[in-house]
Amino acid sequence: MTAPRRPTTLALGLGVSALLPLALLGTWSFAGRWFFPAPLPTEWSLRAWSAVLAPGAQVWTALWGSVWVATVAALLGTAIALPAARALGGWRGAGRGWVQAALLGPLVLPAFASVMGIQVVFIRLGLADTRVGVVIAHLIPVVPYAVVLLGGVFAGYDPRLEEVARTLGARPAQVWWRVTLPAILPGVLVTGLFAFLVSWSEYLLTLIVGGAQVLTLPLLLFSAVQGGDYAITAVVSLLYLAPTLLVFALVAPRVQGWRT
Amino acid sequence: MRRWLPLLPALLITVGLFGGGLLLSVVQSLGYAPALGQTALNVDAYRALLADHTFWASLGLTAWVATISTALAAVFGTGLALLLHRAGRAAPGHAARLRFLAGLTLPIPHLVAAILTLLLLSQSGLLSRLTLAAGLTQGPQDFPALLYDPRGVGIILELVWKETPFIALNVLAVLSGLDPRLQDVARSLGAGRWSRFTGITLPLVRPALLSSGVLVFAYTLASFEVPALLGATSPTTLPVLAYRAFTDADLNARATAMALSVVIALLGGLLVWAYVRAQAAGRLR
Repeated sequence: MTAPRRPTTLALGLGVSALLPLALLGTWSFAGRWFFPAPLPTEWSLRAWSAVLAPGAQVWTALWGSVWVATVAALLGTAIALPAARALGGWRGAGRGWVQAALLGPLVLPAFASVMGIQVVFIRLGLADTRVGVVIAHLIPVVPYAVVLLGGVFAGYDPRLEEVARTLGARPAQVWWRVTLPAILPGVLVTGLFAFLVSWSEYLLTLIVGGAQVLTLPLLLFSAVQGGDYAITAVVSLLYLAPTLLVFALVAPRVQGWRT
Repeated sequence: MRRWLPLLPALLITVGLFGGGLLLSVVQSLGYAPALGQTALNVDAYRALLADHTFWASLGLTAWVATISTALAAVFGTGLALLLHRAGRAAPGHAARLRFLAGLTLPIPHLVAAILTLLLLSQSGLLSRLTLAAGLTQGPQDFPALLYDPRGVGIILELVWKETPFIALNVLAVLSGLDPRLQDVARSLGAGRWSRFTGITLPLVRPALLSSGVLVFAYTLASFEVPALLGATSPTTLPVLAYRAFTDADLNARATAMALSVVIALLGGLLVWAYVRAQAAGRLR
């Protein structure tokens, strides 16, 4: 008899726990004057929004930097992980555990420890302080993550479909475009979106490799909060959050195993 | 050879780039810096760390924060999973919506979550303003100092808030696959709620709980943004200490930064190794 009520209470609790903080950011973003101890802003203002979004403001550079890095890292990372996940899925017998460990190591070990070490090489190769260098560093967390997700995709895929196509005379390229890709496409798209977010959320690797030269949204956000202007911080936070929440809404059915 | 070809690009990243980078960190932690004219290997950086009080305080804080946040997230995550499971069974039409709501905090980057913690829990934050308005505190100094404190309370609160749903959804996936008749049989044999939980549910979800717990622990061990924003300046956690040494104007501090990185990687590696060994020995099944 309490059955219909309990899910509602739980849903309410969960919703509040997730949305209250966002409401707090929303309130701060419109706060003109909000000094202690006022529980609500005493003066509302669009100052922070117009300052952050002003033409030529830093946020546009940071936004473009984030979009550029995360898009390229997601495309490259997914493309690199795809054949590996396929090969690992079809692997029978000895050595599988070792290959798997080698592919997934960066999921549990700190990526920054490696990137700090390799920075000397990046400097010599001219990759330090460049977006390309940052993308390469982001591939460290992106690739193993994509391998795991694509592994799940290939677990539900029957490779005998390809055999059938081959027996019917299809060439390898035809098999890939007409049989394999359509079958795994939804999973690949979800992996790409997740890969985008892994890179989108990355702060420390960007900082180490990009120095102050490669500006992304998290870097701008970090300096905003350290500057102590919470209205500005709130606006940048909301801009930074928007795509992550949008992507989450798109891929929520596959929410399990999410890491940021 | 044909079997290795598709693996090559990915292995190039995870073994070549990541593994190679770790190896370079080890080498540089041993004082190898040709740019500075130092090519002889030594363990000076490690010896200095072991003698440094700051290092031990930082190691202690890092281990404490990672352990306590993982433990709390595991307890709350299991509880949340049980609640979600029961609510989902009571109202199957709502199960997916509840899972969505529970997962809503997952895509929020830790940097933003740390900022939220700051706006909510600092001594001039929203909660402090509300307790003042309610007459519970007289001013900001009455509100407990949850942030920038030597025990990392703010860091722990942020990590638990972010990681609880992650563990909950992993455990829930297992719960959803269990046969409800197990519970019915136990109930008909007279098992109470607690003994059904410890005797049936917990052993069955333990593998999922442990594997997600290991991921959370490894993440918290290496987390940077959260302690950098919410932690005390001293003691701070090992990753923050490592980054400070890395960006030190004195290039000789590089070896210290690398040694700290190696220590963090070793801690994470040891944990995973122990987990894998225990799993292989069948002790986690």
